[in-house]
Amino acid sequence: MVETLVQNIVFGLLLGALYGLAAVGLSLVFGVTKFLNVAHGELLMLGGYASFWLFNLYRVDPFLSLPLAALALVVVGVVLYLLLFSRTVKMDEEQKVQTTMLIGFGVSVILQNLAQRLWTADDRSITTAYSRMSWTLFDIRFPIVRVVSMVVALVLVIALHQFLQRSYFGKAIRATVEDWEEATIIGIDTHRVYLVAFIIGAALAGMAGTLVSVGYSIVPSMGLEWTLVCLVVMTLGGLGSIIGTFVGGLILGVAQALTAFAVGGAYRQVVGLLLFLLVLAVRPQGLFGVKEG
Amino acid sequence: MLNVENINVGYKDLQVLWGVSFQVNQGELVALIGPNGAGKTTTLKAIMGLRRPWSGAIYFEGCNLCKAPAHKMAELGIAMVPEGGRVFTGLTVLENLELGAFPPHARKHMAQTLEEMYQLFPRLAERKFQRAGTLSGGERQMLAIARALMSRPKLLMLDEPSFGLAPLLVDRIFAKIQEINQAGMTILLVEQNVRAALELAHRSYVIQNGRIVGTGTSEELLSFEFVRSAYLG
Ligand SMILES: Nc1ncnc2c1ncn2[C@@H]1O[C@H](COP(=O)(O)OP(=O)(O)O)[C@@H](O)[C@H]1O
Ligand SMILES: [Mg+2]
Repeated sequence: MVETLVQNIVFGLLLGALYGLAAVGLSLVFGVTKFLNVAHGELLMLGGYASFWLFNLYRVDPFLSLPLAALALVVVGVVLYLLLFSRTVKMDEEQKVQTTMLIGFGVSVILQNLAQRLWTADDRSITTAYSRMSWTLFDIRFPIVRVVSMVVALVLVIALHQFLQRSYFGKAIRATVEDWEEATIIGIDTHRVYLVAFIIGAALAGMAGTLVSVGYSIVPSMGLEWTLVCLVVMTLGGLGSIIGTFVGGLILGVAQALTAFAVGGAYRQVVGLLLFLLVLAVRPQGLFGVKEG
Repeated sequence: MLNVENINVGYKDLQVLWGVSFQVNQGELVALIGPNGAGKTTTLKAIMGLRRPWSGAIYFEGCNLCKAPAHKMAELGIAMVPEGGRVFTGLTVLENLELGAFPPHARKHMAQTLEEMYQLFPRLAERKFQRAGTLSGGERQMLAIARALMSRPKLLMLDEPSFGLAPLLVDRIFAKIQEINQAGMTILLVEQNVRAALELAHRSYVIQNGRIVGTGTSEELLSFEFVRSAYLG
């Protein structure tokens, strides 16, 4: 009984790390640009398929194809930004959120249908030689691919955090988030900052997709569920805190696992929404976010 | 150096500036004085490209600023200290200063300019790892000025640097502004604090209701009713 419980928590943490990675991308984009890109889940799906086909057609190991999935999504990100999202940069915040939600919705419908046409509606996952291997510790199972995925997610999130805190361009991004007008005055091209944030977000979604396709499975219709997960985690962790968002992902993962353990798998999705409402009611700035104003 | 020629500027359908013209020459300290709501900040925003004039032109060293994107102004050599000593409060003092050197030519000399700023404002050196949000009003104003100077500008524009500061601090900030000007910097100083501004400026323009209503040296301007009442009152 205790073992099953611990095992569930472990699985929750492993999946939660991917929630965290995916949500960090969405949160960065929203924090910097105020674009609410509800097609974030579809970007993740594309990353998953990129690695899936690289593996099945060319036998590229999924962990090695991570940079390629990121690159593919950078290209998709640039196209989406220049073609669609950039049109909203001059709007005020509220209008921007609304318009980008509509744009994102349209993009998600198109990408989902396109993926279904091209790759069918089947569930897919990458099965490598080491896919079924796992470490066992005190009777708790740690599937290797999921553990490695968690480490990758953690490394990516820490790298992003360090980039924002330490690098010169990272500081320019933080300055732009705080006050775009002031940033413009000192010579920062805020449109470029927006573009960079957008493509980093897309690349993170792509890599999260790769990790999902290797530890779990992907399907063209997965986007909406992942976007919702990201929104919940983003709210949970609080805006402006990269590490906090990642921890929010872990919390959601564990909460889902515990719910499934206690009351059954059917309630997995509900707990996320409950947490979402609870946080909004009790601590709207999120668990690790700073209060605005 | 700076030529503002007959600009009309507004927000949506509300016109704020009406045919505003003035010049700032190399090495000068020029003040633009006027009451609250006269259009001083709007004038500076128009120069920085943050508000496009409906008509008229702005030239800086012969270059038409109306054709340049706002983020290029720093690179062209114009720095602005925003109203209220606005700085990036979530960033440290040092990070604020580093970002001030964003234009490529300034970034090359960052270490050297930083040293100069610490000499000009020793207080900032003591506080360099502190978040700018923890600074006092006077320190923030100093940081805002130092951040603007980090871009090694040719023209420094200050928007009401005295705002909200105690008289003693105002004197200290203005002494710094004078010192910076005497070191060769061209300065456009926007002020409501007419007394302090006129003491400093070589020449001044008076703006009221979005129009330039007077210009001259401090003595000449004292004949204006608005200036006299503000100066003597
Ligand atoms: N963002 C804005 N939208 C609409 N009107 C504005 C805006 N900013 C300033 N104004 C108006 O423009 C006029 C001039 O403002 P401003 O340039 O800030 O004056 P000053 O800096 O001299 O106090 C004021 O009447 C003000 O109400
Ligand atoms: Mg003003």
